[in-house]
Amino acid sequence: MNTDAVLSFDEAMEKYDPVLGFEVHVELNTKTKMFSSAPNVFGDEPNTNVNEVDLGMPGVLPVVNRTAIESSIKIGLALNCKIAESCRFARKQYFYPDTPKNFQTSQYDEPIAYDGYLDVELEDGTVFRVEIERAHMEEDAGKLTHMGGATGRIQGADFSLVDYNRAGVPLVEIVTKPIEGAGSRAPELAKAYVAAVREIVKNLGVSDAKMERGNVRCDANVSLRPHGRERFGIRSETKNVNSLRAVEHAVRYEIQRHAAVLDSGEPVIQETRHWHEDTRTTTSGRAKSDADDYRYFPEPDLVPVVASREWVEQIRATLPEPPAERRKRLKADWGYSDLEFRDVVNAGVLDEIEETIAAGATASVARKWWMGEIVGRAKAADVDPGQLGVEAATVVELSRMVEAGKINNKMASQVLDGVLAGEGTPEEIVEKRGLAVVSDDGPLLEAIDAALAAQPDVAEKIRGGKMQAIGAIVGGVMKATRGQADAGRVKELILEKLGVSV
Amino acid sequence: MTEQNTSADTLIRLSAAQLSEKLRAGEVTAVEVTQAYLDRIAAVDGQVNAFLHVNAGEALAVAAEVDAIRAAGGAEAEALHQLAGVPIAVKDLIVTIGQPTTAGSKILEGWHSPYDATVVERLRAAKMPILGKTNLDEFAMGSSTEHSAYGPTRNPWDLDRIPGGSGGGSAAAVAAFEAPLALGTDTGGSIRQPGAVTGTVGVKPTYGSVSRYGAIAMASSLDQIGPVTRTVLDSALLHQVIGGHDPRDSTSLPEPLEDLVAAAKTGNVEGLRIGIIKELHGEGYQAGVENRFNDALELLKEAGAEIVEVSCPNFQYALGAYYLIMPSEASSNLAKFDGVRYGLRVLPEDGPMTIERVMGATRAAGFGDEVKRRIILGTYALSAGYYDAYYGSAQKVRTLVQRDFEAAFAQADVLISPTAPTTAFPLGEKLDDPLAMYLNDVATIPANLAGVPGLSLPGGLADEDGLPVGIQLLAPAREDARLYRVGAVLESLLEAKWGGPLLAQAPDLAAAAAETLETQEAK
Repeated sequence: MNTDAVLSFDEAMEKYDPVLGFEVHVELNTKTKMFSSAPNVFGDEPNTNVNEVDLGMPGVLPVVNRTAIESSIKIGLALNCKIAESCRFARKQYFYPDTPKNFQTSQYDEPIAYDGYLDVELEDGTVFRVEIERAHMEEDAGKLTHMGGATGRIQGADFSLVDYNRAGVPLVEIVTKPIEGAGSRAPELAKAYVAAVREIVKNLGVSDAKMERGNVRCDANVSLRPHGRERFGIRSETKNVNSLRAVEHAVRYEIQRHAAVLDSGEPVIQETRHWHEDTRTTTSGRAKSDADDYRYFPEPDLVPVVASREWVEQIRATLPEPPAERRKRLKADWGYSDLEFRDVVNAGVLDEIEETIAAGATASVARKWWMGEIVGRAKAADVDPGQLGVEAATVVELSRMVEAGKINNKMASQVLDGVLAGEGTPEEIVEKRGLAVVSDDGPLLEAIDAALAAQPDVAEKIRGGKMQAIGAIVGGVMKATRGQADAGRVKELILEKLGVSV
Repeated sequence: MTEQNTSADTLIRLSAAQLSEKLRAGEVTAVEVTQAYLDRIAAVDGQVNAFLHVNAGEALAVAAEVDAIRAAGGAEAEALHQLAGVPIAVKDLIVTIGQPTTAGSKILEGWHSPYDATVVERLRAAKMPILGKTNLDEFAMGSSTEHSAYGPTRNPWDLDRIPGGSGGGSAAAVAAFEAPLALGTDTGGSIRQPGAVTGTVGVKPTYGSVSRYGAIAMASSLDQIGPVTRTVLDSALLHQVIGGHDPRDSTSLPEPLEDLVAAAKTGNVEGLRIGIIKELHGEGYQAGVENRFNDALELLKEAGAEIVEVSCPNFQYALGAYYLIMPSEASSNLAKFDGVRYGLRVLPEDGPMTIERVMGATRAAGFGDEVKRRIILGTYALSAGYYDAYYGSAQKVRTLVQRDFEAAFAQADVLISPTAPTTAFPLGEKLDDPLAMYLNDVATIPANLAGVPGLSLPGGLADEDGLPVGIQLLAPAREDARLYRVGAVLESLLEAKWGGPLLAQAPDLAAAAAETLETQEAK
């Protein structure tokens, strides 16, 4: 289906310098819609969360949702933007059946927030500043489902169904300035930027921020220019790239595709592109060269939104700690090394570790459990670690059992498997699986005697102060008890037996 | 004529204020009043075509409810609104549950609104029986009601002439005694100009003082709902019912209405400065219109008003600005009529059945020529590369018109002008000349551009054709009460001069109907 030529990424980077730009749409989690009192709820029966306003019935008028404005101001402030004292809505006009009025009420030349920036941290800790052009308010469109075609797109479909539940859901569109200088890290930066925006809106509590539900949607603009040239190349806009991985892949693919086009001597076409997750490629959407004329004009049914400085300052005072600052604080509190902390962040278990520590674990124990046990299982199951279903309390309980010598680490790992398999609480699983550490010293002493007798030379070494030799005896005891002994206790008993004090 | 017929004929000629008194005094029942109007509609609307839909069943049910409450007495009867049981007609641009709403267009034929306009909710809360929906130019676009997809309304003063527009149906219904009260909408004069040419009273309130929720929008920044009545007091009474803040209309003013009824009852012009707008009379105005205007000035002067002349130099650009702003907004407001969710849907005769082609075929078949003309004008005016020159410049003129009003109101408490440059013209005369048609609104448009209130009341009959002339009063924004104070005085002075209401001089439509019938039978 896709016949576009691509250059290898390395070759593309050798020849060209990428310039990026992003439009990220954030759906706000207000109770009601942007301009109507209908509920803003995801996933309900189609066309149930609508009233006459959402359906664009004759005679209806919009009323701005105050909470949506407040949320937009929060986003603007978190993105270090200026907040307009007064701003207007405009009508963006185009005929399409997902837009009940055949215009979208949006902001055009008067965004509520403008001139900001976001410092984005890459995986290796490099901080890259992305300039924010604007963040403006608008309403979402309804959702079209194209039936009968092979591709799910309108071309070739027999008919289309429309669900207006999403029509009128409040959106904030965050637009960056052109992002220059990312070089070969452009795909990584793309992913990190969208992740940072998602993190901010989630942290603010203004959006559910679930990309899989379309709460955060990204349009990625890519253009290339030869190294050393100032003028931007012609860009493509890849629409609705709706996962972090896809953002990275789409930017990488477009860079490779643009490079091939430029190499062939052809001009890049300014157009929208569709992202295909299955093939990790884009295909041409509609060409933008005919310059869509949206005939914007100020929305006459609404009065300007006035954000008094007092109100803005009140909102600023209620903002939660920004994620980047929080990370700085947590790293210091937990005492992790740079590398350890970065691994935790990249594994996406910051919240989980914080919760586990709050539930009673030490910082190192929490990290050991999440990074050592849970992240690997999540990867195997292809889900985010937080979605695996491990409660902070479970981790604390497991770690306490180990500390109390009730089970050892190896057993604890088995108990975790049991918890994930739904076998019950850790305690129940220990019981059911018969995993309790042998804590009665009697059988242990017998096994120790046997092990010492079997390796008299080792016993001598220990007596002589070569403590590292103890491992061989412990190993023998563990083997004899089929791993059910508490290795710590075994060690103590061996030293006792041999009369060695530590 | 039987005695009952005589009393019904008397009833329908009473003002809403008089009907209200008789109803409250128990001299007449709401059912009798409502039935009298329904009978009148049945008798004369075949000639006038003021109504697109008659709502007899519901109107009588509401009337019966009022009668029952009143008969039972007690707190509920006490709490009845002053206008409870007084019937009303509603312009078919305003949505109503239980009746079709067409906006005078084929594209909405058969459509029933799932919700009531705020003003309709308020009529229902006052228990005013809604007689039906009145005819209009399609989507309120016109000055003659000839652009209705359901045939023109005729002027009760001369059935071969236009009743004005767009609210010709409401004005003709009130003038023909088919309703004591009606609602209109005024975007550039659609209440006041029909009022002028039918000898009735029409008020465009201050922009934002009556909720627009449920009025099918033509030009959102200009549209206002207002009263259409036979007396100034009746307009005040109705304005008081429908006005006041509505949280569903963001442009609705937050403050409560002044007591407009009291203003209409305590009219006084002594020491008041009344400003003649230099640019809104004289050249281009019919001599008979000019004469009646001068008579009104004379009467006001005699009553103690100070007549001053003011100049509003930018009014000469108002019509041009209006015909850019209004179509721009209309082109956008009418985009929703696409056959996807409601109303007419027309499938293309051949070729692919794409959504664009279905929308195109629907709009091609559903909209009339005047609507298409304005959609095309507005689409053009908002297009990239033309926006600044057209829409942008028009908005600047709008600001200048507002400044002209500010300067004028510094010199005068109210302004006065003829409402329309001419009396009612013959049907068909201006149908093929849109520019000539647009000139009808030259005196009414400035008020819409500035958002200030305007009232038109009958000023007498023009010498040359014996047809009604309208006098327009304009006041600063939120000073609607001034219009009622001055309007009531001028009305009483004029009626004293005529020896009764102007409409008493209108031809007897019932007799004309009978005559027509006889002529037909003779043939």
